[in-house]
Amino acid sequence: MTTSDPVTPAPAPPARPREPIAVAAARHGIDRRTLLRWSAGMAGVLALPAIPFADRIAYALDTEPRLPVLWLNGQDCNGDIEGLLRASQPTPSQLILDYLSLDYAELLMAASGDTAQGRLAATMDSYAGQYVVVVEGSIATAANGVHCCIGGRSFADIVREVSAGALAVIAVGSCAADGGLPLAAGGVTGAVSVSTALSGLGTTIINLPGCPMNIENLTATLVQYITLGTWPETDNAGKPTFAYGSRVHQRCPRLPFFRAGQYVRTWGDAGHQAGWCLRYVGCQGPRTYANCQTALFNGGTSFPVNAGAPCLGCASSTFWSGLDDSFSWTPPATSLSQATADTLTASL
Amino acid sequence: MTRIAIDPVTRIEGHLRIEVEHDSDVVQDAWSTGTMFRGIEQILAGRDPRQAWVFAQRACGVCTHVHALASVRAVENALGIAIPPNARIIRNLMSGVQFVHDHVIHFYHLHALDWVDIVAALSADPAATASLCQATNPGWANSSTAYFTEVRTRLQAFVDSGQLGPFAAGYWGHPAYQLPAEANLLLVAHYLEALEWQREIIKIHAILGGKNPHPQTYTVGGMALTLAPDAPSGVNTTALGTIGTLLTSIQNFVSTVLVGDVKLLARYYQIPWTTLGAGPGNLLSYGEFPEADGASPAPFLPAGRVTGRDLGSLGPVDQAAIAETVARSWYTYSSGDSGARHPSAGETTPTYTGPQPPYDNITTTKYSWLKAPRYDGAVYEVGPLARLGVAYAVGVAPVRQAVDAFLSDLGLGQAALFSTIGRLAARALETQLLADRLPTWLAALRTNITGGDLRIADTTRWSPDTWPATASGWGPTEAPRGGLGHWIAIAGGSIANYQMVVPSTWNGSPRDAAGALGPWEQALVGTPLVDPTRPVEVLRTVHSFDPCMACAVHVHRPGS
Repeated sequence: MTTSDPVTPAPAPPARPREPIAVAAARHGIDRRTLLRWSAGMAGVLALPAIPFADRIAYALDTEPRLPVLWLNGQDCNGDIEGLLRASQPTPSQLILDYLSLDYAELLMAASGDTAQGRLAATMDSYAGQYVVVVEGSIATAANGVHCCIGGRSFADIVREVSAGALAVIAVGSCAADGGLPLAAGGVTGAVSVSTALSGLGTTIINLPGCPMNIENLTATLVQYITLGTWPETDNAGKPTFAYGSRVHQRCPRLPFFRAGQYVRTWGDAGHQAGWCLRYVGCQGPRTYANCQTALFNGGTSFPVNAGAPCLGCASSTFWSGLDDSFSWTPPATSLSQATADTLTASL
Repeated sequence: MTRIAIDPVTRIEGHLRIEVEHDSDVVQDAWSTGTMFRGIEQILAGRDPRQAWVFAQRACGVCTHVHALASVRAVENALGIAIPPNARIIRNLMSGVQFVHDHVIHFYHLHALDWVDIVAALSADPAATASLCQATNPGWANSSTAYFTEVRTRLQAFVDSGQLGPFAAGYWGHPAYQLPAEANLLLVAHYLEALEWQREIIKIHAILGGKNPHPQTYTVGGMALTLAPDAPSGVNTTALGTIGTLLTSIQNFVSTVLVGDVKLLARYYQIPWTTLGAGPGNLLSYGEFPEADGASPAPFLPAGRVTGRDLGSLGPVDQAAIAETVARSWYTYSSGDSGARHPSAGETTPTYTGPQPPYDNITTTKYSWLKAPRYDGAVYEVGPLARLGVAYAVGVAPVRQAVDAFLSDLGLGQAALFSTIGRLAARALETQLLADRLPTWLAALRTNITGGDLRIADTTRWSPDTWPATASGWGPTEAPRGGLGHWIAIAGGSIANYQMVVPSTWNGSPRDAAGALGPWEQALVGTPLVDPTRPVEVLRTVHSFDPCMACAVHVHRPGS
């Protein structure tokens, strides 16, 4: 496996003898229909045509060796690796046992202490240039990194050393992608994002912000690499366009109410019960680039706007500096005309 | 005396280092070090109290609901806001599901590998495992010889691949692993089943909170949740039905699989693990799950304190008696580090005096980013054991029945509760009690909705114009790992002071100004180590507390 330019077109499919999908699927304990359905779903998340990509994804996920993944936690809350446990396609046990080799992940690994540290070194040694590093949390750089140490070493040192030999680094969650909460105004630990911490290293970095990131976007990113040998196309902030290319607002289920000027004014009012627009009560969907409304969370169950709560813009680099707008409700525009609504849409 | 360090302690939330000194292969002394600090306190200062929950929630992505809950409660307490019954019930449902989900993940995914030897499972006989399953988990569908053959084959293929992933480099074959091969295979099978089950049942949080981790429907005054029988999304009739189905799945799995498995494990490990890991023997619970409205409704699990390992003792909890010391923590107090400060008057001035990385040992006087909370100056344990111990002392009937039946099944007395295995048992029994209670809360919500009560939040005091110039309050709750309190002071519409005292700060605290060891430091002293180079015994006791370190590191803004 080699590092690919994120924007290189997909190469030809791997020239391996093809095993019937049903056989491969059965080995994973799932029936053919299920495998094809979620492969098609994954192709959909990646905005790839189901033919031929669904078949190719289903096939490629059955190849060996499994992609070694080192999951590093810095100044974090574990929300993103908990997200990994909420994966739906593939499921958590399929990801951990069948598709990835999760060689380091403090939340789940059996080994502790020195033997855990040894796992990092062993993978870096055996799979140099072939492992993926996932970083969750920001990196503390003030005062020699003493605000986050693991195994007696500063996390800032660890993340640079481990990333140097990586195939790619995926920064999951807003803290890793943007510095997040520890970097918010008032922070004292010198917290920085992965991109900043690894500046000058030259490793491919993919940012998957969100608090937490949507696990479907991480699995889609990994699946594309496993399947096609390329990383998803990204914008100039390193965010995959399949996930962060459009605003939550644009395909919001409440968009018709926004256009009609029908706004929820307070929790539990008639508009709230009827699913009206949440802009007045602070929704950041119009300015937040993310696919929450289409990817949904927890196996397609919901996303905050569906539940009746405004988008807080957690996938935006201004998440922690922009919250005032969500909580200082502006006076209601009592009867927005269509023209006013369109003007407002355009301005957002 | 030999000193060893375990860092990172894995299968926990956050960053924890444990150092122990042992002599004659018995732990003589222990030090618990939180090695990460984020400084959320300075970040909260001056912000709008109504948005504090968004920040506070990020204290922890595992117990992802409870910090948001404590935060909105603290603001509601400060401003004198009473939430509607529906919001109370929905918060109970979310807390209850959080407990069940967290406890199951803790047992199978964070704790089991201290007791279950994955490699030994490969030599299990599938037919004998099927028999064991039918006896341990009667009525559970996945109990056939064919099923365990398949699991063993899958595990064998995984091991043969040479890529052992998270199972690599465990202490496999360590003489302290005491389970027969079939019990190992059974618990590995349930590790995998629980992994799939948990992502299903947590969909209740996605319905009630929009997503999990970090549900997003909280608001000061109630819940920002659409609630109407015919709503296009949110909590409508369909959603209530889905929640009901998932609650049934919770009851089935917990009563059949989890409780049976914990009993099985306790049976094999009760010698010596019901006599090790005792901890301080003082238990504290703030109480949780209010089942009525009003100023101080009786919660399902009551507040109180038990002292001296005596379930006949019962004391009240007065939050004014809580204070924290930093004598051995990387902070300084303006009034001197030997004193203690109540959270509402707390200070957090990070002052690192530990060794510079890279380091081998931490032998400095101050040795942790955790403070040391104490009640009336005494060391208390919080968590499932504390909640059940207090509920038992109060006389809560279902708690007494569950605890007595468990102890009697294993031929144990009450003293066995104060142990490493006692903590596992309490956690499993609490999971069962909540799994059985959750449907009654859903029924109460249905009754309200059917009766036309769709109130979800009281926003009459939403505008800061309605607030007093200054206000202060606290928001107590119980997190899966134990008592959690947020304290807030509001001045001129902004946060003047915010502080959390969280479960793992209680349990994982370093020594205090008087030199008293924190709970899990105390619990480790006296632990035998069969092979000090592979200290699985230390992990067993530390994990029995279910450490959660990110939120344990102090969060507060000095008063101006």
